[in-house]
Amino acid sequence: MYHFSLGKTCMDLNNLTACEITEKIKKREISAKEVAGQYLERIEKLEPKIHAFNSVFAEKSLKKAAQIDEKIKNNQPVGILAGLPIAIKDNMCIKGEKTTCSSKSLENYVAPYNATVIEKLEKEDAIFIGKTNMDEFAMGSSTENSAFQTTKNPWDLERIPGGSSGGSAAAIASSMSPVALGSDTGGSIRQPASLCGCVGLKPTYGRVSRYGLVAFASSLDQIGPFTKTVKDASLVLQVLSGYDENDSTSVKIPVDNYISEIEKDIKGLTIGLPKEYFIDGMETEVEKAVRDSVKIFEKSGAKIKEISLPHTKYAVSVYYIIAPSEASANLARYDGVKYGFREDSDSIIEMYEKTRSLAFGVEVKRRIMLGTYALSSGYYDAYYLKAQKVRTLIKNDFDAAFKNVDIILTPTTPSTAFKIGEKISDPLQMYLSDIFTISCNLAGICGISLPCGFSSENLPIGLQLLGKPFDEKTISRAGHNFQKETDYHKKYPKI
Amino acid sequence: MKITIKDVEYVAKLARLSLAVDEKNKFAGQLNAIFEHMDELNKLDTENVLPTSHAVVIKNVFREDEMQKSELTSDILSNAPEKEDRFFKVKRVIE
Repeated sequence: MYHFSLGKTCMDLNNLTACEITEKIKKREISAKEVAGQYLERIEKLEPKIHAFNSVFAEKSLKKAAQIDEKIKNNQPVGILAGLPIAIKDNMCIKGEKTTCSSKSLENYVAPYNATVIEKLEKEDAIFIGKTNMDEFAMGSSTENSAFQTTKNPWDLERIPGGSSGGSAAAIASSMSPVALGSDTGGSIRQPASLCGCVGLKPTYGRVSRYGLVAFASSLDQIGPFTKTVKDASLVLQVLSGYDENDSTSVKIPVDNYISEIEKDIKGLTIGLPKEYFIDGMETEVEKAVRDSVKIFEKSGAKIKEISLPHTKYAVSVYYIIAPSEASANLARYDGVKYGFREDSDSIIEMYEKTRSLAFGVEVKRRIMLGTYALSSGYYDAYYLKAQKVRTLIKNDFDAAFKNVDIILTPTTPSTAFKIGEKISDPLQMYLSDIFTISCNLAGICGISLPCGFSSENLPIGLQLLGKPFDEKTISRAGHNFQKETDYHKKYPKI
Repeated sequence: MKITIKDVEYVAKLARLSLAVDEKNKFAGQLNAIFEHMDELNKLDTENVLPTSHAVVIKNVFREDEMQKSELTSDILSNAPEKEDRFFKVKRVIE
């Protein structure tokens, strides 16, 4: 139990943005301790229903908040995220805390170091409020593959929040935290953002350091923010971005000033609508909400163009060869030797086999099997190499499209949130639901999902904006403009 | 090309996974369905296409070969399932 006194101001957490919180704290309109206390109280109240958190750092958060308040009181400088609570997906290392990846294999693993994104956020005085639930090792689209618990969609507790960053998305949608971090390998930030009615951004590959992010597929993984607004996402992206010598895949390209860039208008911005993303089998309400949103961009002065990304339909096959292949290599380290779960046995080989078989869930095992098979001698050329070549064709589609348009607009998902248990026994069906988000990771470009409507069952619908490599400022500018003209992002579920 | 139980057993051995009989059967069926779906990639002509392994082209990321101090031994060992002195302890590796 945490001990705090409810401040004089009872904050409406549903209607508070990250930018507003840091402003109010710095102006001393409210204390960091009050902010942390109210979010912790909300977590205590809603967690029994939502199950978004694997761990909550109540004591630590209040202590850090008090330190920040002290600095402000003494007119000492504080970071741009001063007092901002942030929930962290449980696959990013915070020194001294558990990083479980929602897997039995790392259930008691305490990280001996901070991920680079954690160092950066800490430097700006953010407060880590807890670690969020996820699909085990980030493998999944529903957070049902967590070894610990099933997170519920705050908009309908019988439905999935999406995955693999379902805990983070649910935390934002239920206002248990104003900001959360997720990771996106095939859509794991954007899809849950869409299904939970919040903003989720995947930066360009190499924009944000992966040091301290437990690797799933090294050529696809990226860390990004979940927020209520695009403006908040820009604030967080500003802090997360930048070259890191600890990540040899991070890129030395200057970071734009996202916060000022997003305020520019979108007159003359060309937006491409790829015909391959408006297909049979999509929910009618989803297509309508997205097409209606296009009109809003047009009203703001954007020009719409029909484009084609011809290799879109091959993206799922390409991804489900490349990602499991890379995962099979990345997960080879979980052998019970240096850390994590160990099941002792008579021989070392038996120890590896028993350890891994007991420690990994079904989906993880399935993907390791898929990847090992695709990479094995005799099959490498037919599968892995072929997939890498088709990946080039998919990337070329985007390069060609971006010669004629500035950004690309698509639905984020073909349908709204499905019910818990609906797709778990049909892996192929589950994989096919990633159709709109996957190509972005294969091409390495940036993408953002933002709420653009609700179904007749009051389930959120998301639209996705895809941008050129390192052009997060343009998709954010378009998204921010959209949010100035709409109020979908201001709606919240009654829990 | 159909994936047999023998294939599943071979791959499981490579991946250091021990599977129960019903798991092997289930995986054989599911892997078959998944790889069958992926056969669609063979429709594409990729004769003159180079593979993409990283979306952003980076070459030769080097650093100077200088020793950097690291005092993480005790932190790293703190997660060891079994340890002795400064070592991780495991079953005999060499016969």
